[in-house]
Amino acid sequence: MKDSLKRSHEPVFWLLFGAGGMLAALAGAMLVFLLAFGVPAGLLPAGALSYASMHALATHVLGKGALFAVVALFFWHAVHRIFHSLHDIGIHATLRARLLVYGSAAAGTLVAAWALLALGF
Amino acid sequence: MNARRPYIRPMTRWYLRDPFFIEYMAHEGTAVFVWLFALELLAGLVCLALGEAAWNGFLAWLGWLPARLANGLILLMLLYHGITWFLILPRTIPPVRVGHARVPGWVLSGAGMLAMVAASAALAVGAAWLAQGGL
Repeated sequence: MKDSLKRSHEPVFWLLFGAGGMLAALAGAMLVFLLAFGVPAGLLPAGALSYASMHALATHVLGKGALFAVVALFFWHAVHRIFHSLHDIGIHATLRARLLVYGSAAAGTLVAAWALLALGF
Repeated sequence: MNARRPYIRPMTRWYLRDPFFIEYMAHEGTAVFVWLFALELLAGLVCLALGEAAWNGFLAWLGWLPARLANGLILLMLLYHGITWFLILPRTIPPVRVGHARVPGWVLSGAGMLAMVAASAALAVGAAWLAQGGL
């Protein structure tokens, strides 16, 4: 089979990029605000980020799924965009660059899965 | 030495040549801040899994002034990502048709931004509910 006719794996990464980008566009800014400024700004009560309430969120099946989706998809969105911008700033997109950039998302996804599984259900 | 002396258009710092290119690089550059926020959330998750002391360490880090400034910048960049994501949406998705008429781009962008506002409001309400002991 000719090389140019081989199936590309680009659609998979593009889909992750699109899903993560949409999620980050819809919810990203508010998530940053709630985590970093929600309590000081008075939007959330003082104990909102306490160990007990965050543990409850991360051990609930819906909370666990949402946290995993946010962390993993944000990573895959970011690395796809960063990788395709390397060329724009004059860095040749070699296999090593690809492994390094996408690898960070893969590692982040695995660590997130480990942390969420270690927290239990 | 090449006798033809071909003209090679210089490409150094091409992205500063035109406001359109500057905006393009700015919205592509938000990805760096999305990556940093994912890393911050991941650090939080790991601390949570390690136990209460580690989690309190993460909370102390969130309260540290340099971290606050960094999070302020990340917040601005994610807002910019959201707005530009929906501004270019008409060019990144296939044409949307109602009957025979194509839905104009500003309608798609506007609907996206309304969805961003609605999702943010729902998240804020959900976080307040969670803090009251819901779940």
